[in-house]
Amino acid sequence: MRRVDPIIQLLAPIALVALAALVGTIVSTSTETYVINALVNVAIVVALYVFIGNSGVLSFGHISFVAVGAWAAGVLSMPVEEKPAIMPNLASLLRDHTIGNVWSLALAAAVGAAFALVVGLPLMRLSGLGAGIATFGVLEITHNVLRYWEKIGPGLNTFSAVPESTGLLQASLGAALAVVVAFAYKRSRFGRLLSATREDAAAARAVGVSVYRQRLIAFVLSGALAGFAGGLYVHLLPVNTESVYLDLTFITLAMLVIGGATSLWGAVVGALVVSGVDSFLAEAESGIHVFGQSLDLPAGTRIVVVGALMALVLILRPAGLTGGRELSLWQRHPLRVLTKFAR
Amino acid sequence: MSVAVLGIDWQTLADAVGLGAIYALMAVGIGLVFGVLRLVNFAYGQLVMAGAYALAFASERGWPVSVGIVLCFAVVLVLSLLMDRIVFRPLRAQSPAVMLVATFAVAFLLQSIALLWFGPLGKISASLATLNQPVTISGVDIRKIAIVATVLTAACLLVLVLLLGRTRVGLHMRAAAMDFRTAELLGVRAGRVIGAAVLISGLLAAVVAVMLTVQTPLVTPDFALRDTIFVLAGVVLGGMNRLVPATLGGFAIGFASGLLGGALPTDQSQYLPSFLFAAVILVLLIRPGGLFTREGQQAVERV
Repeated sequence: MRRVDPIIQLLAPIALVALAALVGTIVSTSTETYVINALVNVAIVVALYVFIGNSGVLSFGHISFVAVGAWAAGVLSMPVEEKPAIMPNLASLLRDHTIGNVWSLALAAAVGAAFALVVGLPLMRLSGLGAGIATFGVLEITHNVLRYWEKIGPGLNTFSAVPESTGLLQASLGAALAVVVAFAYKRSRFGRLLSATREDAAAARAVGVSVYRQRLIAFVLSGALAGFAGGLYVHLLPVNTESVYLDLTFITLAMLVIGGATSLWGAVVGALVVSGVDSFLAEAESGIHVFGQSLDLPAGTRIVVVGALMALVLILRPAGLTGGRELSLWQRHPLRVLTKFAR
Repeated sequence: MSVAVLGIDWQTLADAVGLGAIYALMAVGIGLVFGVLRLVNFAYGQLVMAGAYALAFASERGWPVSVGIVLCFAVVLVLSLLMDRIVFRPLRAQSPAVMLVATFAVAFLLQSIALLWFGPLGKISASLATLNQPVTISGVDIRKIAIVATVLTAACLLVLVLLLGRTRVGLHMRAAAMDFRTAELLGVRAGRVIGAAVLISGLLAAVVAVMLTVQTPLVTPDFALRDTIFVLAGVVLGGMNRLVPATLGGFAIGFASGLLGGALPTDQSQYLPSFLFAAVILVLLIRPGGLFTREGQQAVERV
């Protein structure tokens, strides 16, 4: 029986991603965009989970890895002839080269990882509030620099003219890839050591685990996943600095918290549930008909609902909808929540 | 007449002091609550935003300034008490990081409620616009608001110092900030201390709302959001665990951003937030207790 559990822990999130993709194939084209967006969100939230969930350390900075990933993939995969109009001050090296879709995604992941390494080397010494505020600082700096440094990107402009290659297939494969990587990490020696530091840092130190090193490894890996997700994102819709800033940070953190930060299953469930609610409300904001009733919500309802949902979950069920546990057929894990993050 | 260094004129200097004063008050508001609750209130700016909307609401209906200010205080106080009762109280036992995430959610919630209610375009709060006019002091034009802000902040801080130093509830608050559990064991009533901190912090938010609407009469849903982010940076820079360093940090950030924003050309001042947050990160790494604290006063998170 015990052998089956890990398989379920991998297959359940994958099945959920596949189910979402399946839904995407049968709905209308406009709804399909929401599904694709939800799948990209899954990739981002899984990236968050790899670090926040396993280490129990808060990070407001992961959207900056999404941002640099989007920048790397967007700048380099835009056709050369389109670049001068959107990015007139681009450095010549970036201006004269274009790479294909898959390479741009790989590059996005590499850039995300490299940036996470640079940031993580000093920052992984912090935890708790200090980590929260310092990573928030990273988000602010990244946003500020990308906004005004026109040598490396469009600055205040929007990434239009980037090939829109993130369709249903690419998004679902991307999300599934993120899930597999996160699962492999969690099952690896590193993942187990990191969750040990989350449960009891002092005890983990006492048996010789370097908390700093384990956190750094997870941070870089999740930076790579976040960068990759940023690549998916820029190939989906015209990104600008505002679309990879506070709002996305809030919504993805909400997804992670609502789903349950300490499990991969929770991350995927949270991303899909909140995306579903969010898309429904977004559609309702522009007027839809439900069960013969016309529903027309004013703009801004989405964030109100998601914000209220997040506050409610934090108050009533701090370990998230899934209780922060992986899916298990035999429910062998005790119900109580052990983790630092959710205590 | 101008100061020789950097070509800063007296007016920029006065404005910078005024902004620093406003930020110092916000820092006190955030620091007070952090002291007793270990809660970094990301949603503090949204209290200010609500107060600003109250002022704009009164101003649009042509109500007298005093009514607007009373309304502003009422709205901010009710909201801050509600926030404490509904969100912070149930989360009191959680870790500071969870509470930070929760206030992040509350901030977004309030901001989008404002968006729903009043729309994205914003409202004008014009009733105190006369304070933007300059007075001439020995040949230098200085906006009245800069003077008002400085004086008002000084007065608020003075009252607060007396309150914390000379009254029973002040003593209890200081004791709770030092060591909450021991203070409680020695007979300090937790509910009252927290209530007092939330109340005072709300009062300060209302004062800040009045002054910020003079600086920026256009009230939008993201009103005071940037200011809060800056003040939070300042509070960390100064030293979160102590009120005086936190206040100094808030003032320093406001003063620096006012001065540099006014003095530097745009292509340099646009990177100001980057330098600011780089400094914050540096301080967190090197002196986690803050710049303006002495050794041995380092912040220790409550376990």
